[in-house]
Amino acid sequence: MRITQGCFSFLPDLTDTQIAAQVNYCLEQGWAVSLEFTDDPHPRNTYWNMWGLPMFDLRAPAGVMGELKACREANPETYIRINAFDSTKGWETVRMSFIVQRPTAEPGFRLVRQENRGRSLHYTMESYAVGRSPEGARYAP
Amino acid sequence: MGAADTPQQILDPKKRYQAGVLKYAQMGYWDADYEPKDTDVLAVFRITPQEGVDPIEAAAAVAGESSTATWTVVWTDRLTACDKYRAKAYRIDPVPGQEGQYFCWVAYDLDLFEEGSIANLTASIIGNVFSFKPLKAARLEDMRLPVAYVKTFRGPPTGIVVERERLEKYGRPLLGATMKPKLGLSGKNYGRVVYEALRGGLDFTKDDENINSQPFMHWRDRFLYCMEGVNQAAAQTGESKGHYLNITAGTMEEMYKRAEFARDLGSCIVMIDLVIGWTAIQSISNWCRDNDMILHMHRAGHGTYTRQKNHGVSFRVIAKWLRLAGVDHLHAGTAVGKLEGDPMTVQGFYNVCRDMVTKQDLTRGVFFDQDWASIKRVMPVASGGIHAGQMHQLLGLFGDEVVLQFGGGTIGHPMGIQAGATANRVALEAMVLARNEGRDIANEGPQILADAAKWCQPLRAALDTWGDITFNYTSTDTSDFVPTASIA
Amino acid sequence: MNAPEQAPIAPPAASVSAAIDLGAEFREAGIGEVLDALERDLVGLAPVKRRVREIAALLLVDRVRQRLGLATEHPSLHMSFTGNPGTGKTTVAMRMAEILHRLGYCRRGHVVAVTRDDLVGQYIGHTAPKTKEVLKRAMGGVLFIDEAYYLYRPENEKDYGQEAIEILLQVMENQRDDLVVILAGYADRMERFFESNPGMKSRIAHHVDFPDYSDAELAEIAQRMLAGWNYRFDDAARAAFDEYVVLRRAQPHFANARSIRNALDRMRLRQALRLFEAGGLVDAETLTTITAADVRASRHFHADSASRTHNEKP
Repeated sequence: MRITQGCFSFLPDLTDTQIAAQVNYCLEQGWAVSLEFTDDPHPRNTYWNMWGLPMFDLRAPAGVMGELKACREANPETYIRINAFDSTKGWETVRMSFIVQRPTAEPGFRLVRQENRGRSLHYTMESYAVGRSPEGARYAP
Repeated sequence: MGAADTPQQILDPKKRYQAGVLKYAQMGYWDADYEPKDTDVLAVFRITPQEGVDPIEAAAAVAGESSTATWTVVWTDRLTACDKYRAKAYRIDPVPGQEGQYFCWVAYDLDLFEEGSIANLTASIIGNVFSFKPLKAARLEDMRLPVAYVKTFRGPPTGIVVERERLEKYGRPLLGATMKPKLGLSGKNYGRVVYEALRGGLDFTKDDENINSQPFMHWRDRFLYCMEGVNQAAAQTGESKGHYLNITAGTMEEMYKRAEFARDLGSCIVMIDLVIGWTAIQSISNWCRDNDMILHMHRAGHGTYTRQKNHGVSFRVIAKWLRLAGVDHLHAGTAVGKLEGDPMTVQGFYNVCRDMVTKQDLTRGVFFDQDWASIKRVMPVASGGIHAGQMHQLLGLFGDEVVLQFGGGTIGHPMGIQAGATANRVALEAMVLARNEGRDIANEGPQILADAAKWCQPLRAALDTWGDITFNYTSTDTSDFVPTASIA
Repeated sequence: MNAPEQAPIAPPAASVSAAIDLGAEFREAGIGEVLDALERDLVGLAPVKRRVREIAALLLVDRVRQRLGLATEHPSLHMSFTGNPGTGKTTVAMRMAEILHRLGYCRRGHVVAVTRDDLVGQYIGHTAPKTKEVLKRAMGGVLFIDEAYYLYRPENEKDYGQEAIEILLQVMENQRDDLVVILAGYADRMERFFESNPGMKSRIAHHVDFPDYSDAELAEIAQRMLAGWNYRFDDAARAAFDEYVVLRRAQPHFANARSIRNALDRMRLRQALRLFEAGGLVDAETLTTITAADVRASRHFHADSASRTHNEKP
C-alpha cells in the first residue's frame, strides 16, 4: 500500500528540485520550515520525531535541503515529512505538510473490529510494521 | 439624499406624542446626522418603496419596524428611554443601475438584543419589516456586528485550524463528495459508495440534505455502514477519513440521540440542515463542542431567503449569523458549478467565513468592516456541478481553505467511484504543486491537468467525460457595485 | 529593467561568430542601475568602484560563456573586503549582493551580517549548530563576516573558532551556488589570518581594498548625511567642520564615515539644546541650520581635554 498522508501523496514521489520549489513557496509565505521523521505513521500519531528545530528566518531553500539530506542519511527506511509553520495571529499552525521520504515497502494497517451491543463496532487501526518490531527496526529491509 | 419636503423629526414632546399617526421620520427613525457607535449593530437594506413613498420615509419605516415602532404613536414610549431604543436610519443611497431601489443604513443600539441568541437578533432585524406594505421589496444586504456582541457567541466548535490539526491535512483544499442517488439506496449499498469514494482519495463523503431516516434506509443502518466504509478506507490509505452523518431530525431529542450514536461509532463529523432553525443550530453546536465533533452545515432552504436580489436576506448575512451560531463547515457556493453565484459575490461569502477581520469590499458585496474578535474560522464548502476539469479555477477562486465537493464528478466517473475520487485528488495535488512552483494556473491550468492525465488514466477519463461542461448562466445575485458611484 | 543608455562599463560591440550582444545582456540584467547608484551614492572609493565593475563584468562574461558551454564550473565568488572601519565595506557588500542577485548568482540577494559571536559557541557542541543556523539563514544571499580574523585564535588551543572555520570552508567549497561569503576587516590582520588559514585564502576569489577617505571626501559625506536628514551647515560651520575633520583624524579610534556620522549626531544634539535654551520662536531656517558654535563645541577643538581620553565622547 501507499500511505496517502500529506499534500502530494497522489503524485509520483517529488524530486529534490520539486521539493526545493515547494520549500521556496513556503519561505515566500513567511512560514518556518521543519523536518519530522517516524516509523510509526499512524494517522493519529501527531508527534513525529523532530529533526532539529523549525528553521526560522531562512530566505532560500538550500538550508532546508541540506538538513533533508542529513536527515535521510541518518534515518533511511523511515517516513520524513516537511512541515511549514505559520505564526500569523489566527493561524499559528502548520499550513503545509508533505512526505519527502517513505520506506521501500509499506505494509500498512490492519483494521480491528470489536463487536459491541447491537450491531455497533469499535474500530482500531493497527500498523503491521509497528506490531512486528520496536522503534528503529520497523522498516529495515 | 433627502428632498426639502422630507419630514423631519418632531422634537417638541407635546406634538410628538399626541395620539394619532405620524410619519416614521417624524417619530425619529431617520437621523441623517447620527454617527454610529462602535457598539451599534449596523444593517444595510436594499429597499424598493411603493410608488409615491418617499425613500427617506421608507428607510425610517424599516428602522422603525425592525426596532420599537408600531403604526401609530403610543404614549407608553414615554415610559422608556425610547431615544436610545429607537433604531436610526442614517444614510440612504440610490442603488447604481437599479431604478427605484435604495441602499439604506440602519443603526441599532446593542441593548436591543439578547446576548448569544441569533433567534432574537433575527426576530428583530427580519421579523416584521419584510412584509411591510409601503415597501414593494426589501433585502438585508449586510450587517456589522459589534465586537461586544460577537463576544457573546461561542462560534464554530472546531474551526479551520483545529479541524486540520485533527485530520493532519494541510496545504490543500479538502475533497468531498455527496452520495448519489440522494434517496433510495439501502444502508449496505450506500456504505459501499462511501467506502469507494474515500478509498479512491477523497477526505470526506457526505449525506445529502434530505437523507434522514426513510423507509429504504433507517438512520442507524446508514451510520453503521458508513462508518464501516470510513474505517476500512482509513486503514487502507493510512489517512484520516470522515463521512458527514446527517443528524437532522424532527426533534432536538432525536437529533441528540443520532449525534451520540455517531460519536460512539467514532465519527469525527456530523451534519445538520439550515432548516432546523437557529435555536437548534446553536444547541447542536454546543453539543459538538462538548464532544470534539466537527459540525457540517448544509444550507438547505437558503435560496428562499437569498436568491432574489431585491427581496430577502443576502447569503453573506446568513453566513455571518451561522459563524456566530457556530458551524464548522458551510456551503457557500461554487461560482463555476450548477448553483447560483457570481464569482466576486461568492468570494465575499468565503471571506466572511474565513477572515479574522473582514474589510469593507464593495465589489464583493461587503459593506462593513467586521472584526470577528478571534471567533474561529468557518471552512467554506464548494459543492454542486463541479468537476476535475475546473480545478485551476476553483483553486484560483477559493485558495486552500475550502472543501471541494465533487458528487457527480466522483460517482459518475466512467471507470468507477474510486477512479473518480483518484482523478479529483490527482488533479488537485497537481494543481497545488504547480501553483506553489509559481506557475500561472489560471492560464496554464488545462495544460497542467493534461500533463497529469498522461500518467493518470482516471484523470484522463474524467477530462474526456466532463472537460467541456460549464454552467454559464447570468447570475442573479451580483453586488451592484459601480466603482464611481457614491455608495462607499 | 530600465538601465541607462550610457553604460558605465563600455560593453564591447557584438563579437565574432557566436554573436552575443553583451550590451543587451548588460541591460537585461539591470546591473547598470546598481553600478550607477554605487557611483552616485558613494563618495570617493574610486578603486573600490573600479573593482566592483571589474567583478561585475567578469561575472557577466562568465554567464555568457557558461551558456555557450565555454565555462563549466560555477565561479568562486567569495571575497574579502579589507580596510579601516567606516570605509563603506558593509554598504558595498549590499550593492554587491544586489549585483550577484541580478546576474543570477544568488537567489535572493540578501545580506546576513555577522561577527564571531554569531558563529562560535561557548561550549562543546555549541558551535556547529550555531554556525549552521547562520549559514542556513544566509543561503541564497551573502554572508558578511565582519572582523573575520577573530574566528581564529591561535593562542587558545581549545578555541571553538576553528570548528566554525571548518564548517564555513566546507560550505564555501560545496555550495557555491547557494552562498557567497564576504570576509571583512583590517587589511593587516586579514593578511595574517590568511597566512594561518591557507584553505580560506585559496577560496577567496576577489580581494577588494577600501582606502581611507580624504578630508575633502569626509566633508562631502557630512554634507550628504545632513541633507538626508534635512539639515545643513551655514558657511562658518562648514569651515569649522573642515577643521574638525583634520583634528578628529589625528585622534585614536578614528573610523572614517562612522566617526563623521557620530560627530553629526552630537552636533544635532547641541543645536537642539541651543535652540531650546534660547527660547522664543523658531522657523524652518533655524531648525535646519547647524552653526559654527554647534561644531566648535566639540572637545577636539580643545586640545587638553582631547588628549585625556581615548573614547569618543562629546
